[in-house]
Parts: sequence; C-alpha cells; structure tokens
Amino acid sequence: MLKIILSRIAQTLVVVFFLVTFTFFAIRAIPGNPFADAKATSPEEQAALEAYYGLDRPKIVQYFNYWKNIVTKGDFGDSLSMKGRKVSTLISEAFPVSLKLGFLSLLMGIGLGIPLGTIAALYHNKLPDYLAMIVAMAGICVVAFVLGPIFQVNIARPLQFLNVAGWSRSSDIILPAITLCFGVAAYLARLTRGGMLDVLSQDYIRSARAKGVKPFNVITKHALQPALMPAVTYLGPAFAAIITGSFVVENIFLVPGMGQHFVLGVTSKDYNLVLGLVLFYGILMGIANLISDLALIFMDPKLRKG
Amino acid sequence: MSQALSSSPMSEIEKGTSLWADAFVRLRKNKLAMLGGITIAVILFFCFIVGFVLKVMGMDANKQDLANRFAAPGEAGLLGTDQLGRDLFMRVLEGGQISLLVAILATVITVTIGIIYGGIAGYVGGKIGGIMMRIVDGLLAMPFLIIVILFREIISVRVDNAARFLVNTWKWDSDFVLRYANLIPLTVAIAAFGWLTMGRIVRTAAASLSKQEFVEAAHSLGLSHQRILFRHILPNMLGPVIIYATLTIPSFILYEATLSFIGLGIEPPNSSWGTLIKEGANFLETNVTVLLIPAILFSATLFAFNFLGDGLRDALDPKASKD
Repeated sequence: MLKIILSRIAQTLVVVFFLVTFTFFAIRAIPGNPFADAKATSPEEQAALEAYYGLDRPKIVQYFNYWKNIVTKGDFGDSLSMKGRKVSTLISEAFPVSLKLGFLSLLMGIGLGIPLGTIAALYHNKLPDYLAMIVAMAGICVVAFVLGPIFQVNIARPLQFLNVAGWSRSSDIILPAITLCFGVAAYLARLTRGGMLDVLSQDYIRSARAKGVKPFNVITKHALQPALMPAVTYLGPAFAAIITGSFVVENIFLVPGMGQHFVLGVTSKDYNLVLGLVLFYGILMGIANLISDLALIFMDPKLRKG
Repeated sequence: MSQALSSSPMSEIEKGTSLWADAFVRLRKNKLAMLGGITIAVILFFCFIVGFVLKVMGMDANKQDLANRFAAPGEAGLLGTDQLGRDLFMRVLEGGQISLLVAILATVITVTIGIIYGGIAGYVGGKIGGIMMRIVDGLLAMPFLIIVILFREIISVRVDNAARFLVNTWKWDSDFVLRYANLIPLTVAIAAFGWLTMGRIVRTAAASLSKQEFVEAAHSLGLSHQRILFRHILPNMLGPVIIYATLTIPSFILYEATLSFIGLGIEPPNSSWGTLIKEGANFLETNVTVLLIPAILFSATLFAFNFLGDGLRDALDPKASKD
C-alpha cells in the first residue's frame, strides 16, 4: 500500500518535471516574444520589460531561476500578458470555477453513464443494448462544440431564467455542466458495459443466481463493484482533465476557468502563465491517478498483496 | 489509410485465406458497421471527387456574394449560402477535405511510427525494449492537447515561412500552397504525439508473436532480423493495427475540429469542419443551417468511423468481441 503510494508520487514528480521542462523550452521556441504584440511598445520599452521579467538572460539561467523561485519561495512568477498579476492569483481565481463545473458534470456523467452501461450489459444484444450503445456513441460523436450552441439557442433562449453565456449567476453552471457531462457519460457507459459483461459471465454470478439471490441484488451487491473497475481506472485521468477546465466549453459559455487562461496564455506567449497551469495540471493529474489507484485497491482485494 | 489497409485483406479473400474471409463474413453481418463503411465511402467520394470536379468546373468555396447572404438551401447552390454569401455546399466539401486529410495523414504517420517503434521494442524485448516502452509511458502521461498546441505553435510560423518562400521564390500557386501548408503544423503536431498508443498495441502483439514457433523456425532458417520482423511478425498483427487505425481517424478528426474551434488549428481563410462549425455557431439564432450542415456531416463521419472500427474489432478479434 505504502509502496504503491510512494511509487505513484515518485512517478508524478518525474512526469511533472519533464512536463515543465518540455513546456518551458517549447513555449520559448515559439517565434516572437511576449511583448512584441502589445500596443505601442518601442524597442527600448520591450528591452526594459524583458529585463524586468528576466527574459533577457540565457534560457538555461531562466530555467533554473524558475525552479528556484518555486522551490524556495513558492513563487510561480508574474503573468506577462496581464500586467501586475501573479500566476498563482490567476490560478487560484480560475481553479474553483473549473473545479465546480467539472465536479458537477462528472457527477452527472457518472449518474447517466453507469446505469446506461449496466442496462446495456443486462440486455446484451437485445434492443435496449443497441439503443444504449447508440446513445453512448452519440455522446462521443455529437461533440461539445455542436451541443453547446444548440443548447444556448434552444434551451437558454426560450427559458428566460437561464443566461445564454457568462458566469454571473449561480444558475450559469447548468448549461455548461450538461454540455460537458455527455462525453463523460458516453465513455463511462461503454466501459461499464464491457466490465459488466465480463463479470456477468463468471462462475460466482451463476452461483449467486443458483442459490436464489434476487436478480436486482445479484447486480448491485455481487456484480457492480468488480464491473466498475475499468470505469474507475478511466475516471482518474478524466477527473483531472475535466476539473482543469475544458477549452471548448469554457470558450462557448464564457466561463472564467483555467481552460481559457491556457488558450490565451499560448496565443499571447504568456510564458509564466502557461508554465504555471501545466505544472498545476501535472500535479492534479498525479493526485487523481493516486486516488483512482487507491480506489481500485479498495475494490479489488487481489491488488492489495502486490 | 484505412481504405488502403482494408483492401489488402479483401484481395487475400479471393485467394481463399480463411481467417480474413471469416472476418469479412462477420463484418458483413454487422449492419451498423456496414452502414458506417458505406457512409465513409460516400463522404470520401463527395469531399474528394465531387469537390475536386466542382472546383475544376469553376465553383469557388471562397467567392463572396454579399447580395446573397444566408440563402436557404436550394435557393442559391445546393445547401444555400453562409454569412458572406459563400456557397455552403462547396465550403462543406472543401472543409471536409481538410478535416479528413489532417486525420488520415496523421493516422498514416501514426501507424508508420507505431509499427516501427513498437515492432522493434516488442521484437528486441529485454532491457532495450523496456526502456523504449518507458519513454512511451512517460509521453503518454503528458496532457495530449496541451503538448499538441505547444508543438503546433512552434512549427506553424516556420511552415508558413517555408510556404511563402515557395510562393515568392519558386512562383508556386499561392492558393494551393497556402491552403495545404496550413494543415501541416496541425497534422505533424497531432501525429508526433498520437502514435504512442499504436506503439503500445504493436509492441504487445510483436512481443507475443516473437515467442511463437514460426518465428523460431524463421530464426533457424537463418533469416535476418529485419526480414523476420517485417515479413513474418508484421503481417500477423495487421488485425489490431487495422482496428486501431480505424478508431484513430475519428479521434484525430475530433482533435482537429476542437483545435480549430478554439482558434489554434486551421486558420481562416482556409476552412475545416471545425472552423465551419465555429462560424455557424455565431449565426445559430437567425440561420440554423449554417451550423447544422457542417455539424451533421461532422458527427455522421465520427459515427461512421467509430461503428466501422467497432465492427472490425468484432470481426477480426472474435475473442474480445464478447464484451
């Protein structure tokens, strides 16, 4: 158990290290510089700005300074595109928004996807199975950037109490969450169906049925837990991905989350902002994977020994 | 790609290779997969052949006609016109060309790298194979879209400069060069990080195949490693490769559209289904067709590839298809 946690942490640190290193040099390899696009900056002003942010020094020095500031001061640096704002402030403002939205849509996705997958498995190769799988396929193929605008016009417009876009009222979370949840639900349904079919063909389920356990209890008490293993494995990375913000859904519904910061950061070459977001994302991903590892160990006694 | 790959099993059927013949019989029984295959053929035919013929006949997807904005389907052109009076039918076909080209080219690159890298890692095995797979694992742990976006940004200005050089110095046709140059950074970026799963699948297959007797027999005949790998092991793992390639295409179409939608993919004046959907979404309230037509085509393509891929998996890998 402790060994698994420690190896996961070590793995996360290695991945975060490479991720930050890759991003650090990759984003500096993009032609142009962060201050060239800003309005009315003379070459002297640009040079002064670069000196102020330490961008005039050799890249390798900048690289070590970046780590030094994080390790010694916990400082992720200043945003280059939004003057006078720290990256840590921007993340701490945007993350709760993405977290709330992602968490809600994940819950909705679980509530929708797992029952759908279970029903499909129970009626294997019958009409409900085909219907459920077509619905799940629709969740994958009818993507957020098609659904989002359609929801805006056909749900938000007629129902006056929902805003079309924005993040000013608490009800503004509803439409983006619904848009986001279908993709999750679709993958979960497919994984649950696969896991369930695997489990249902095993001997202990036949024994349970033979000794007269009610069909409903066979599913909920005997089959569901092992059948959810593939879904739980998927949920770890999916959780990290969804709470760090969706580029597309935040773009459509004007949600002030982390996804739009990332897109803006790349286009405006805000080195520090992009690095900070990537670092944060890497750590979250590690935590989410650790949680899903622990959940799998909890669910499957066979994994506990190893 | 999938077309090219799936034609080889077909030709083997005529020779009576029973495994592929069996698979094809199973595939033909799967109505959804067949529907998917036919849909793909129709969409490819329209985008590449009809689109090309119409272009040669003088239809221009970028010709604006401001007097004729938002014409209804049938009123002007087959599917009406968009916000600038451009013929929507032509735009959807040309957008489809770009979307499909990006996905298919990226898949071809993915399959090539995956087969070579995974094949070597699986065949060599041992420490070297282990290290090769550790590298893949590490790259897989990175967030795909983020590294693709960064990588695309790095190469896009350089590709753009190269394209301008071709146009200015060598006097190449600027429409043609700039249009296709625009899809290169995206394709390369997607393929550069998209081959990892393929590499893993191939490695697993190659590792288990290289332990079998027929490989041992090939060794004892004194065949070279290269020949064993490419003539004996590779043909035997075509099944998983075809399945995964078919399922890779829709995911790459999706990545292309997602990136174009947030403005980090195909750039105007070029269009792909992603940019068409983005433009259409702005005029959804007044004119649904401008969004709906590219969106339906886009989703239908994803459906078709996914159903065909699932069907191929059921047909080529009956053991896995129970669930």
